[in-house]
Amino acid sequence: MPPDDLPVGTDGQDAAPDVVLKGRGPDPDSARWVHDLGDRGFAREQALARLHELLLRIAHGELRRRAGQHPITGPELDDLAHQAADDALLAITGKLAGFRGESRFTTWAYRFVILEVSAKLGRHFWQRPTVVLDAEDWDRLPDRFGMGPADHAQWQGLVDALHRAVEEELSQRQRQVFVSIVLQGVPLDAVVAQLGSNRNAIYKTMFEARRKLRAALAANGYLTTPGDPAGAVPTDVDAGSRP
Amino acid sequence: MTNWPALDHFLTTDPRDVGCEQAMQILHLYVELINDETTAGPAAADRFPGVAAHLAACGPCDEDFQGLLAAIRADS
Repeated sequence: MPPDDLPVGTDGQDAAPDVVLKGRGPDPDSARWVHDLGDRGFAREQALARLHELLLRIAHGELRRRAGQHPITGPELDDLAHQAADDALLAITGKLAGFRGESRFTTWAYRFVILEVSAKLGRHFWQRPTVVLDAEDWDRLPDRFGMGPADHAQWQGLVDALHRAVEEELSQRQRQVFVSIVLQGVPLDAVVAQLGSNRNAIYKTMFEARRKLRAALAANGYLTTPGDPAGAVPTDVDAGSRP
Repeated sequence: MTNWPALDHFLTTDPRDVGCEQAMQILHLYVELINDETTAGPAAADRFPGVAAHLAACGPCDEDFQGLLAAIRADS
């Protein structure tokens, strides 16, 4: 398995940001942000306060947008938004030299607070887990993948083959992550928090697991060409969220 | 195509997929390309095919993408 700092796919490599928009400097508003935040004294304090206010608004907006995905409300939600804005502000000021003007400063900065909201929701999941964690319920799998009762005879063999492949083909880590995400319905960011890992590493673990499982099912005649993207059909099921 | 398109899709891995870390590093650029009416959609995917492949497969990163897009649209 490749190290965690390499792309997931075998040829996955997009151009680095500094190559993509080479020569484009920051717009006037962005340049002002960078100047004021890099300044000392009152100008910096004002810029920090203004940026924190923006980040807090974005954090609240994002938590509202994801309202159907978490049970947090009231003062607890307000507290989480403040934590996300505080931590994002800290990260932004620490990485200010990394902003090179390829986008608006605010777009670059908002990314930090959006990612903080995701990470905090992942950690918060374990305070009140909304899934049953003590079982590997393979009977739920057909429903998760849209296999109706009428097709029972067809998919039972497939589910059995998938179960065997999970037991025989996956490493212990891959199996643990597969069970959490696919069978127990734990959000990927919550798995990240539980295992003290990072999203990229867990995604990569699932990526390899998916590749192995597809190859095993294809070898047994349940799926067509292994790993052929042309066979993909857009659905709500993905590698990082609940099937 | 199989009789189980959702499972088929779930188990399909795209070799162009750059993974979460690289996709998130470029997300602010990708979002602005998507938000720019003159370059929306296909142009962003053409410029960053690995990011597009990743967002199509990774729910959490796509959620962050949607959140960042909503944030900058609320600003404009």
